[in-house]
Amino acid sequence: MSDEHGSGVPVNLSPGGRPLGQRDPHASPVQRVQVDLSAPQFQVAAKNPKRTERTTLVFFLLALAGFAGFGAAYTQNASNFLLGLSMALGLLMFGFGVASWGMFLMPRGPFEEPRALMQTTPEEKRLFLGDFESRGKVAIERRGFLAKAMGAAAAVLGIVTAFPLIRSLGPLPKKSLYRTKWRKGSYVTDINNRRVKVDDIDVGSMVTVFPQDDVGGAISQTVLLHPQTTDIVTMTGRETWAPQGFIAFSKVCTHAGCPVGLYEQATEQLLCPCHQSLFDIYSGAEPVFGPAPRPLPQLPLYIDSRGYIRAQTGYDEPVGPGFWERGGTT
Amino acid sequence: MIDRLFNWMDDRLAISRGGRHLLNKIFPDHWSFMLGEIALYSFIVLLLTGIFLTLYFVPSEATTIYHGSYRPLDGAHVSEAFASTVNLSFAVRGGLLVRQMHHWAANIFVGSIVVHMLRVFFTGAFRRPREVNWIIGANLLILAIFNGFLGYSLPDDLVSGTGIRIAFSILESVPFVGSYLAFFLFGGLYPGNGAIIPRFFIIHVLILPLIILGLLGAHLGLLVRHKHTQFKQPGAREDNVVGTPLWPSFMTKTLGFFFLTTGVTALLGALVQINPIWQYGQYYPWKVSYAVQPDWYMGWLDGALRIMPSWEIHLPGHMIPNAFFPGVLLPGVTFTVIMLWPFLEAKLTGEHVREHHLLDRPRDRPVRTATGAAVFAFYFVLFGASATDVLANYLSITLNTVLWTFRIAAIVVPIIVWPIAYRICKELQRTPNAGKRKVHNIVVRDANGGYRTIPAEEYPGYVGAELEPLDVEKIEVLTAAGKVTEPGVYEIPRDYR
Repeated sequence: MSDEHGSGVPVNLSPGGRPLGQRDPHASPVQRVQVDLSAPQFQVAAKNPKRTERTTLVFFLLALAGFAGFGAAYTQNASNFLLGLSMALGLLMFGFGVASWGMFLMPRGPFEEPRALMQTTPEEKRLFLGDFESRGKVAIERRGFLAKAMGAAAAVLGIVTAFPLIRSLGPLPKKSLYRTKWRKGSYVTDINNRRVKVDDIDVGSMVTVFPQDDVGGAISQTVLLHPQTTDIVTMTGRETWAPQGFIAFSKVCTHAGCPVGLYEQATEQLLCPCHQSLFDIYSGAEPVFGPAPRPLPQLPLYIDSRGYIRAQTGYDEPVGPGFWERGGTT
Repeated sequence: MIDRLFNWMDDRLAISRGGRHLLNKIFPDHWSFMLGEIALYSFIVLLLTGIFLTLYFVPSEATTIYHGSYRPLDGAHVSEAFASTVNLSFAVRGGLLVRQMHHWAANIFVGSIVVHMLRVFFTGAFRRPREVNWIIGANLLILAIFNGFLGYSLPDDLVSGTGIRIAFSILESVPFVGSYLAFFLFGGLYPGNGAIIPRFFIIHVLILPLIILGLLGAHLGLLVRHKHTQFKQPGAREDNVVGTPLWPSFMTKTLGFFFLTTGVTALLGALVQINPIWQYGQYYPWKVSYAVQPDWYMGWLDGALRIMPSWEIHLPGHMIPNAFFPGVLLPGVTFTVIMLWPFLEAKLTGEHVREHHLLDRPRDRPVRTATGAAVFAFYFVLFGASATDVLANYLSITLNTVLWTFRIAAIVVPIIVWPIAYRICKELQRTPNAGKRKVHNIVVRDANGGYRTIPAEEYPGYVGAELEPLDVEKIEVLTAAGKVTEPGVYEIPRDYR
């Protein structure tokens, strides 16, 4: 506990001429004090400090073993299990060691410090506002026209920088939410780019299909079902839409846009696995259960002279979940 | 040498002027104050493991053919993001461990924020003057949830890709600006033009972490300015803080706690598999897997999406889609009410007139506690509802039954929880010393065969409460002349060496 500076240090001259190792005369002196630690609050918390010391030592040795084990595991390109276990052992034991040192081998306390209320005094408020208002605000208000001009310039800066920041992020929606790539005469095409013929689809099966120019398209995806072999009429006006039992619906759920990927043959229903909306095929994919608010749009099909399944036209309404600009059809 | 270094720094930075108060900053001792520390430390783990992951992850949706060490995927057409995630899991040494630690730390991060928030709520620590810090905390929770979602969306696997699709639909559902919001964030109509993963990446690793760091700095800065709240205990008053000083006790304890948090994360990373994307496979917009659940902290939103009745609002030429109510309105109302709660409560109780630094026992505030419990029960039901399909499968009952059970439970359970919680509070108030550590009684048989009980000694580890708190800055200096009590600045006699 003694200050060794400045006494008995051999003098070597530095290039600057000041003796090396000698204290900078402008530095404040370092003084040490011996603080009285006899108060009971300074006693360690451990009942048996020797035993706690030994336990803590064991923690640190186990930590060392864990970290060394991680090193070994790493060089041996060991499994994730060994790497993680050795690292976890090291970290946990290190943590236990440090924490037990802090909890049991350091002053038990309690200590206190004063706390000032946050609420300021009227005097403090008065002085602050005096400076703020009389020195600053009045000076600005005196030349209000300058403040307005500065504000106008800053506002223009804000507006013109908002454009590259926001407007350039993406195209405007325009009509893209209303349209898919299905057109009059589009071939019903599977994911392997094969145009689907009537003979390809067994009764009771489901295939995900696309228009031939948008295979894999997220919005155009459609389920082609073949529940029976005679025409299916889901509602009036759709008498010709499902020839020979081939029926197609948009695969984009009208609830939150997930692919309506599960076909329950027994009940002739389509299930969306995200939020469990159920759609009844024979009533035109009317939602019968779950949160979906609207039926899946039905794609009108026809079968051409060579047996290819094709679209009579595109969807007659926007597919997928709703959006503000979408009209109020139910 | 260290002396001289200290002196050099001190003469230039005035360390000893403010530093002494920092060394002496008091941290009250209560286990519930460690919950926020878990959040802080898991965030540090997130930063460290996250930096490692950015070195190997390729944020690109460009298609590549996978030829890596994971044989079942050999030759598969996948995105760069997916391939690099599989690669950093299997081809980079320790990569899987770090990735799993990162994911687990994210779950712990959000979880500890929620539990920390509950602690602050039920003990009334949000009251004046800490309303601002409560609002900052709520924003940290929102950002943590967002960033967690963005993070698990990055690998471009089948499960997370479905989540991104739902996120697009929820954005699209916002009245007036929804489709613009969705188009601007995704760079166009879903699934965008390869912009999603790069954009999510930069938001996940740069933008949100910076905002979180800034708010975290403000959160902790305000904590230092206000000083800690404390429970009512001997010696604790509104105008003091009783506990452990930063140096050396608290610093050591909390450093140990940091390593324990990291160690638990490493243990989970080693033993408990999380998000095995190679089992889910690459995301394709037309593919979907059964029983898809998001990470736990998105569960309440997913559950709300599931049990929402199939309503939409139709207006002339416009509509408010179904997903708006559970996806935008619910979280919007939730976080607005959370942030406004301190003001609502102050208005209702008229207690905004004074500062509060002593905490409430939850039982002493039965209305607040019951309200908090009921609201929490509501979100817990929503959380459970995100497993409707799994429950129906597991319990072999119809989805219909499960769905309606949750729809009814979401309304009924909070109504039941409120009076029960209120009753428990009232009962606890009447029970003396409830929750306090009991002193054991020793039954002694005397020589005459009679029995009497004597209280046992205090539990050995339970110290502190019986001593008067000592002012840390009231230093007692030993001088040659004896003991001198010197508050504040003191001069040391020249002959003291």
